[in-house]
Amino acid sequence: MSDPVLSVENLSTHFFTRAGVVKAVDGVSFDLAKGEIMGLVGESGSGKTVTGFSLLGLVDAPGRIVEGSIKLNGTELTTLSQEGLRSRRGREISMIFQDPIATLNPMLTIGQQMKLAIDAHERVSRRAGEARAIELLTQVGIPSASARLRAYPHEFSGGMRQRVAIAIALLHRPAVIVADEPTTALDVSIQAQILFQMRDLAAETGTAMIWISHDLAVVSSLASKLAVMYAGRIVEQGPTATLLRDPRHPYTAGLIASLPATATPGTPLTQIRGTTPSLLSLPPGCPFAPRCDRATDRCNETPQITFHERRGWRCFHPVGQNSGVSA
Amino acid sequence: MSAFLTIDNVSRLFGPNLTTGEKIAAKLGGKVETRSVRAVSDVTLRVRKGETLGLVGESGCGKSTLGRVIAGILPPTTGTVSIDGAPVMVNGTKVTTRVQTVFQDPFASLDPRMKVGPAVAEGPIAHGLTTKSQARSYVAEWLERVGLDPIWVDRYPHQFSGGQRQRIAIARALAMQPDVLICDEPVASLDVSIQAQIINLFLELTRDLALTTVFISHDLSVVQHVSDRVAIMYLGRIVELGPTAQVFGRPAHPYTAALFGSVPKLVLDAEELVRFETIEGEVPSPLSPPSGCYYHPRCPLASGACRTTQPVTQSMSDLRTVACHHFEAQLAAGVSD
Repeated sequence: MSDPVLSVENLSTHFFTRAGVVKAVDGVSFDLAKGEIMGLVGESGSGKTVTGFSLLGLVDAPGRIVEGSIKLNGTELTTLSQEGLRSRRGREISMIFQDPIATLNPMLTIGQQMKLAIDAHERVSRRAGEARAIELLTQVGIPSASARLRAYPHEFSGGMRQRVAIAIALLHRPAVIVADEPTTALDVSIQAQILFQMRDLAAETGTAMIWISHDLAVVSSLASKLAVMYAGRIVEQGPTATLLRDPRHPYTAGLIASLPATATPGTPLTQIRGTTPSLLSLPPGCPFAPRCDRATDRCNETPQITFHERRGWRCFHPVGQNSGVSA
Repeated sequence: MSAFLTIDNVSRLFGPNLTTGEKIAAKLGGKVETRSVRAVSDVTLRVRKGETLGLVGESGCGKSTLGRVIAGILPPTTGTVSIDGAPVMVNGTKVTTRVQTVFQDPFASLDPRMKVGPAVAEGPIAHGLTTKSQARSYVAEWLERVGLDPIWVDRYPHQFSGGQRQRIAIARALAMQPDVLICDEPVASLDVSIQAQIINLFLELTRDLALTTVFISHDLSVVQHVSDRVAIMYLGRIVELGPTAQVFGRPAHPYTAALFGSVPKLVLDAEELVRFETIEGEVPSPLSPPSGCYYHPRCPLASGACRTTQPVTQSMSDLRTVACHHFEAQLAAGVSD
């Protein structure tokens, strides 16, 4: 395999609040190859969005990256100046957010916003900029793109707005796109269209993607590998199909088993007991232990992630083989 | 089929609230929006006692509006809703406590300045289901029933997690001792691991209390799990209705088939990239719906008749209906995945 375009080592982002230190991201490591799509899965508060923000250097005070390394095309990002980061954001790495209405400027036409995004990194003529904008809008499936350049965001439907946001993220053909729940707010029929296009775009352009989602089914149809986060840590990572078919971490296994799609209609669902812990008062040791049926005294220590061929898990008592959903 | 909850020819329109000036301007040919949105269009449903009916559709299809009309929160523009023969609303006013609602967002549906105890007791005291002196034990009973510790009656909503708040919202609805429960996306805002807990609670309660339920959701797997029958809505109309296993197993309406086809499924075959069945285009604006069958611009089976004539709702069996000119062809085609 060629060198990864993005390499994250032991990344930790903490928030220093009055109530205490919140370890939102705690020792996260993964690699991403050219054109690869990785699903980053977790529930609210698991640290998946903060991980995405950390990659782009978008973490604001009282949060900061306290440890670890992020290498994008060989360049270390954590030690870069704000200016250095700014010159890479949007050009080498860009982000798509959940809510396109919040990311698009309501006062500017789509064409004006796309031109601004181009001008941030390149000097191109108005005509060339417009041509590139039209090309990308067409690529993400916006009909009659040249006419739509003069439209304002409110004239687009939710799905079309998200396509515009995706087109803007693609303007500079970045090496990596971080997509934070970009289809969560959309209807299923529109979600399917966009997922399908994103997968093709990643393959065509060689852009690698981190797809952040709480929905296992969405990432399973899109990503070739998965990382499951719980309480700021990756508890399990590996190739999508193997991980879902044969989960090792009890949390991953519990998540899969709790999906209505894997149960017989009308029967009680397998549930994970309790609630996600507050990051301010994490139990010592494995943060999942209080909710885990397999927990023992040993789980009062913190398990390290152990790797076995292409997959890894952070658990002293991993679930045995073939305990996931049957294929 | 004996109906307990009866929804007869219910339509609900939303029109613009025009000022006098705008009305005059409209008369004189000014550019004023005078069109109405028909959010729910001529819906007739029969729900049996103890049955859970799933109501499915994309945003803007009218499922929440229909839920609110059934719950007596919104008066229907035309048509009636009745429970066991008694109307839910008379002259635009709700006249029964037999139907209660659980909403999507437990952060918005609970008063942040009201303790849990009074929040749950408010309705039952007002309607004489309990007295002020007995309210505390009455509430404690219901909290226990939804899996919450009764000692929490003196806590405020912000002291609870999302899942716990949804339990409080459920207790608040059930403390009114309803016969009919409307659940409007009750698990949509919850985390996956919490979703399963609330779905299990819901299954247990509807069974034990013999509740008749309308379960509104955009999440097909949740609806498939909890519903006895399912109704699919598109642009204000019910396009298909039937027993859950039959509808999911063999959809009769092309929209149902396409909707099911576009839901991402857990994919376990790494080598094979799944091809989504995507529905082309988007839902048309309800302000100017297409002619004939509302689904025809997106439908692969559409013919001339679909462009001109609105399909009537036909019975396929005692429990199953469909509104499509070509449902036989769709049944023959099977599920699109």
